[in-house]
Amino acid sequence: MRKVLTGNVAVAYGAMLSDVQVVAAYPITPQTTIIEELATMQADGLVDMDYIRVESEHSAMAACIGASMGGARAFTATCGQGLFLMHEMLHYATGARTPVVLANVNRAAAAPWTIWSDQTDSVSQRETGWIQLYCEGNQEVLDTTIMAFKIAESLRLPAMVVLDAFFLSHTSEPIDIPDREQVRDFLPPFDPGDLWLDPNNPRTFGGITMNDAYMEFRWQIQRDMEKAKAVITEVHEEFARVFGRKYHQVEAYQAEDADVVIVVSGTVASTSRDAIDLLREKGQQVGMVKLKTLRPFPREEIIETLKGKKKVAIIDRNFSPGATGIWAQEIRNALYELPEGDRPLIYGYIAGLGGRDISVKVIESIYQKTLKDNRPDDVDMWIGVNYV
Amino acid sequence: MIEIRFHGRGGQGAVVATKILATSVFLDGRYSQSFPAFGVERRGAPVTAFLRVDEKPIRIRTEIYEPDHLVVLDPLLVEQVPLANGLKKDGIIIINSNKKPVEFSDMFKGFRVATVPAGKIAVKYHLGSPQSPIVNTAILGAVAKVLGVVTPESLIEGIKTDVPAYTENNAAAAQEAYETVSNVVQL
Repeated sequence: MRKVLTGNVAVAYGAMLSDVQVVAAYPITPQTTIIEELATMQADGLVDMDYIRVESEHSAMAACIGASMGGARAFTATCGQGLFLMHEMLHYATGARTPVVLANVNRAAAAPWTIWSDQTDSVSQRETGWIQLYCEGNQEVLDTTIMAFKIAESLRLPAMVVLDAFFLSHTSEPIDIPDREQVRDFLPPFDPGDLWLDPNNPRTFGGITMNDAYMEFRWQIQRDMEKAKAVITEVHEEFARVFGRKYHQVEAYQAEDADVVIVVSGTVASTSRDAIDLLREKGQQVGMVKLKTLRPFPREEIIETLKGKKKVAIIDRNFSPGATGIWAQEIRNALYELPEGDRPLIYGYIAGLGGRDISVKVIESIYQKTLKDNRPDDVDMWIGVNYV
Repeated sequence: MIEIRFHGRGGQGAVVATKILATSVFLDGRYSQSFPAFGVERRGAPVTAFLRVDEKPIRIRTEIYEPDHLVVLDPLLVEQVPLANGLKKDGIIIINSNKKPVEFSDMFKGFRVATVPAGKIAVKYHLGSPQSPIVNTAILGAVAKVLGVVTPESLIEGIKTDVPAYTENNAAAAQEAYETVSNVVQL
């Protein structure tokens, strides 16, 4: 069935089709319509779930962790300030090995107050041990929400579906809604094995751990995060076999023979496809690489894809004050091990903070600057800023 | 690709108008994308919303800077917002107004204009209040007629899909606007 849906409603469909059992959430613009839609779906009898209204995002995540430890498939959604408030509990979800799924609508950080998009909220959770999956369109949002449960539950690690505020959350476009029975075959009910809080067999998890054991728990998280790369690829492939749509952790577009490769994530990837086609029509040797996963970071695939390229322009819709954009940091880190002849020049660009548009013209200007300059002017270059 | 920019005020229904059009265009078998440029969500504040229509999937995800056409839900916005900014030369402007197109000669010189009394029609069908009518479905009838981006049948279907309240009245308002919108006049 095809319908015209916003990105937020697509998230709700993804959670509903995944037969989510517990939703605990707190409303915040521009996320609110996700949990409104889920509440409507529950009222209409489309999904058999408990809906827990909580007093904050911190409590929302705490409730999801509890539900997941009780063996339920748990989901929440938030953005910006809400995700910041959740931060402590995000670490806890990973440590407790609860495969909670969270949809985060990328919203820039206050102050000054804003409801517009950038990735600072999600990239600030890089070290929490959450799998992070970025989306470029509403179809990808719906499909990724379903896949996120499968990935998270097979690894016992939490997963975040990330979509741009307004550019996806409030944008309507036609998308295909997968058949419910096919989704049920693809994603069987969550099976916690014997690791859950069973009232008939009381025990506790996560008690105080001495220094002879803590490090082993952390090492297991790292081991499973590394394993996640193969698991995500397997889930992408299985999803493609069943539903006919293929996703990648690293996707190259027209990049094979490109002199300049632009690296992007989120909706900028979608707009870049148009920009690349326009530039190619003008005879420019330019390509694009779209990154879907920030964690685990697809280091090996990135090295393979960018090895031997002359110039790589990374567009970061986020920023780490005192350092650089996060995707640029990660890519520089990965490529450093290449021998000098195979190591591309990295041009790091900061653009689109606080919802400033990253238009085809902006992408073209980034390409032109990268092509023209023999070396980057600086470790990062801010696009479209009125310096005052 | 056809790109249309809507200008209205919070409460007039510009955002929902583009959503209804996106659904209606899709029902005609084409690709569509609608997207609001929210400022602050409050009644009366200027609101901009966008619609794209194409024969193939739409990948561009940015605001519309050079629209093919404009839809103006409140012409008084011209005092606050440079409405015709970037509008293509042959672009058509559809205005919610009881006036004739020629009366907008100063405001929109060089463009083509059609007017429709969408406010009056909305009041007639009890959409919103007489002081602040919800004009979105009425203006869409004019859009269907003047711009031809959607068939009237799909527009009525789209309204039934996306407007849960007063569905019949909204459909009737669109129908009346379709029938009563002025001719397009070159100014």
